[in-house]
Amino acid sequence: METLDNGKQEFNITVYTENQIGLLNRIAIIFTRRKINIDSLNTSPSEIESIHRFNIVITESEDVVRKLTRQIEKQVEVLKVYYHINEDVVWQEMALYKMSTDVIAEKVSVERLLRENGARAVVIRKDYTVFETTGHREETDALIKILQPYGLIEFVRSARVAIIKKSDGFNSKLREFERLEPGEDVIENEYLNKGQKVFTM
Amino acid sequence: METQTITQEVSEIEEKSVKSFKEVSGSVALLEALIVEGVETIFGYPGGAIMPIYDALYDYKEKLNHILVRHEQGGIHAGQGYARTSGKVGVVFATSGPGATNLVTGLADAQIDSTPLVCITGQVFAHLLGTDAFQETDVINITTPVTKWNYQVTDATEIPEVIAKAFYIAKSGRPGPVLIDITKNAQIQKFNYEGYVKCNHIRSYRPKPIVRHQYIQEAAELINSAKKPFIIWGQGVILGSAEQEFKAFVEKSGIPAAWTVLGAGAIPTDHPQNVGMLGMHGNYGPNVLTNDCDVLIAIGMRFDDRVTGRLDKYAKQAKVVHLDIDPAEIDKNVKSTVPVWGDCKETLPLLTALVDEKKHTGWLATFNEYTAKEIEAVIHKELNPESGEMTMGEVIKQLNEITKGDAIIVTDVGQHQMVACRYAKLNKTRSNVTSGGLGTMGFALPAAIGAKFGAQDRDVVAIIGDGGFQMTLQELGTIMQSKVDVKIIILNNRFLGMVRQWQELFNERRYSFVDIQSPDFVMVAKGYGIDGKSISEREELIPTLNEMMAHKGAYLLEVMVTKENNVFPMVPQGCSVSEIRLK
Repeated sequence: METLDNGKQEFNITVYTENQIGLLNRIAIIFTRRKINIDSLNTSPSEIESIHRFNIVITESEDVVRKLTRQIEKQVEVLKVYYHINEDVVWQEMALYKMSTDVIAEKVSVERLLRENGARAVVIRKDYTVFETTGHREETDALIKILQPYGLIEFVRSARVAIIKKSDGFNSKLREFERLEPGEDVIENEYLNKGQKVFTM
Repeated sequence: METQTITQEVSEIEEKSVKSFKEVSGSVALLEALIVEGVETIFGYPGGAIMPIYDALYDYKEKLNHILVRHEQGGIHAGQGYARTSGKVGVVFATSGPGATNLVTGLADAQIDSTPLVCITGQVFAHLLGTDAFQETDVINITTPVTKWNYQVTDATEIPEVIAKAFYIAKSGRPGPVLIDITKNAQIQKFNYEGYVKCNHIRSYRPKPIVRHQYIQEAAELINSAKKPFIIWGQGVILGSAEQEFKAFVEKSGIPAAWTVLGAGAIPTDHPQNVGMLGMHGNYGPNVLTNDCDVLIAIGMRFDDRVTGRLDKYAKQAKVVHLDIDPAEIDKNVKSTVPVWGDCKETLPLLTALVDEKKHTGWLATFNEYTAKEIEAVIHKELNPESGEMTMGEVIKQLNEITKGDAIIVTDVGQHQMVACRYAKLNKTRSNVTSGGLGTMGFALPAAIGAKFGAQDRDVVAIIGDGGFQMTLQELGTIMQSKVDVKIIILNNRFLGMVRQWQELFNERRYSFVDIQSPDFVMVAKGYGIDGKSISEREELIPTLNEMMAHKGAYLLEVMVTKENNVFPMVPQGCSVSEIRLK
């Protein structure tokens, strides 16, 4: 993973929360208060009913990220926070590209585009066509460059979603939380000096 | 036959519901909840969007003592004062819009000083939310950064559960302020009230970390091997009601102990191992020797910058044992060698059991040597000036003689606060009420009102500067109406003294807007029916203090003190604690 000169690198912060109005703001201000830019933020229901999952990407030093995760985990409706470097997660972003169908038909071989960039056509209409591709930032960026000369009408990219490689899912953890006296497993993030292992799940 | 059975069943159900359900309004459900939570006193101010609650309160006058304040900021500071002296949750009512925004300073103060509060704000009807309705403001979003938790209720049926959560969150773990915003329709709405169940578990919230015996063991080993161990304690000891456990630890280990401003009084001022106050205007020894100790044991404190001075020169030689209930505080500012997670009421006895019984006589004597230097350079002349105008310090000294250290001392923010914290004698815990983290001028007068309601059998003395007093002096009206027996001492140096001190020391005496004029405070008090006196001569001090303390009811004493006195010692900003200046 590329570490910047200032010791900063991309971190994937995974937050499991209750589904509560206002919580997005409560989490967001933990970053904004410290003037830290959120590179990417995705929130959606998790595999467990009523539990939401946030994926937040920031570029920071590990020391800062560790302190931030503690501040997030301190929020009443946050169950658990993990952070990982890119190597420890499988991540994807999805992008949509809208092109004039006429232009494509005339100048670009649609089939070649699809093949070379792993893209697929989502909608094909007389006036426009929408392609979709999923991958890392460089991959979705590459297709922009390719399509740009042919008059890319509109482009949108989703936030990053990431799966933690060393994860057995959150179901067993949730059962721990629901106990009045949760076991040590649940509060592993309190360990400070135990290094990376703490933040696998 | 069939029809008959059904009718019979229906009537049985109806009969049951009459028995177990009571139809009440959201407002009544709220007040019932407060009663179950043991609330006796509410500080508040009515307004349009909270009128249904106030209407319900009319019938609860016997059970709930509502104190009408003069401004919502006064209300919330009173709630804070109440919480700090009583150890209970302070409860505050305010209306929507300006009522709610006036709470913000107090919320921020309570958040940074970990004060348990439940604030109830009225809100416009739910169907008007987001329409810029009259007195509508987005209270939830305004208060999110300054509350431990907040929630907007739009349906009365939520009220019992939400209030139960509010009290549980406010007082458990590291305490803090909670704000519940209730729309007017929810206050009016009637629903089947099934009673109130206190909350004791929220699955996403863990108030206390699990105590890890491994760390207790490691901490004890470090402490036992230390030659120059030093205890620094904060408000966590008081918030955790762990004063006895703390005293036992201090006395068995024989380690010198110093306090942060909010930790004052957890063990008495004159305890032989109490070596004084930490931080910017703290005592000489505790500051210098922080950079000399070999093991620093921090208990229930958060290494605020006013305590640590320059962080990269703070206790670098020491191994740090940090006991705290809030995992986010560990390693936030100062890297710990051993993090002792948990409530110090639980962790301290475990640690005490493992530490060796010691005296550390020589090390304690080193603190006393520094004390002697500080007495010579600073304390003696501050407390015993022979001529000239009175000093703030001598007022506190003479007050100590009268109170014997048994009074609750409430202070505002500035020079008088530092002087009072340095010199006030405190025999008991929960005797020091001040705005520590936020430094809120205007805190003391309303906080003193709350402090008195929180500890009705104790004397409450508010010590306030001429600047801070003018920020919330409208609360004299509350003192008048509710007949609150608080003694008010205004230490008047005719300056915004602390800023003036900085301007003198660091801005070449460019006294920029610190020259503040005051009204005739005694006349102002008289206008509110409060007796008082203003003195400027030394010989008047003791008799007038005696008169004040003996006076039945509130009393305002203005003492004219030296205009340009500075608070020393001082750790200048950007300097290390060991670079503390005596002059």
